[in-house]
Amino acid sequence: MLSCKNVTQLISESMDTSLPIGKRIGVRVHLLMCKFCSRYERQLLLIRETVRRIAATEEKPGEPPGETLSEEAKERIRKFLRNP
Amino acid sequence: MAKPANHDPSEWVDRYGDYLFRYAILRLRDRSTAEDLVQETFLAGIKDRRSFSGNSSESTWLVGILKHKIADHFRRQAREAPLEDGDLRDQPDSSPFDGSGSWASGPTDWGGNPADLYREKKFLDQLTKCLSGLSPNHANAFTLREIEGADTGEICKVLNVTETNLWVILHRARMLLRRCLEATWFERSAKKGS
Repeated sequence: MLSCKNVTQLISESMDTSLPIGKRIGVRVHLLMCKFCSRYERQLLLIRETVRRIAATEEKPGEPPGETLSEEAKERIRKFLRNP
Repeated sequence: MAKPANHDPSEWVDRYGDYLFRYAILRLRDRSTAEDLVQETFLAGIKDRRSFSGNSSESTWLVGILKHKIADHFRRQAREAPLEDGDLRDQPDSSPFDGSGSWASGPTDWGGNPADLYREKKFLDQLTKCLSGLSPNHANAFTLREIEGADTGEICKVLNVTETNLWVILHRARMLLRRCLEATWFERSAKKGS
């Protein structure tokens, strides 16, 4: 029987590689019975999804203002590029 | 065939500076490192303008250079602070599990439908803070895997670790990050709502 501790490791691993069938079944069976581990999996997937959407949004040129280079930094870089 | 317009490097800072900076700071979490790498990217672009084939846009080409600079930075950090045994072993005092491996205190209910989180600038700030609380190797592994979407083989090369160790690193990074977000974001917003 897998413990919650083992299952959290396997949940993470399954996000990076495909688990062998035996482990996959072990995890699924555990998740059916364990509220905390199912919640854990949902939350890790939510974090993954959110982070990917943030990356996709930030990468569109001209998209939301977000972080910008300060004017000083811009001036410094311009100067540097004139006389590298 | 006409090449897409490319601009004189003197216009690059105004045209692409903010865009590249946003890309860099999301991955590096530190303003001054991000500024440095944006500067290095422009410099490399000027020196190597011939490599711009015109098959992609100028901004995509510059981001490609920046990506390499970021990977180099992670590689340097991994060299300077290599993983220690402690990074790969359980830390009993911070473990959320009891002696039998069951949750001592399980994840709390995050409530509602947080699917729109990615639009919230404050959430991004908190995520950055939580990531900065991890060791650089843990944060960088998470960044490469989840932000960059790199496959594990590539990440192993950058961080110079085996695949088995990388799984342990990513597991710990996710666990710590989840806990930090729970404590600093979800429990707070639950309280606000009640």
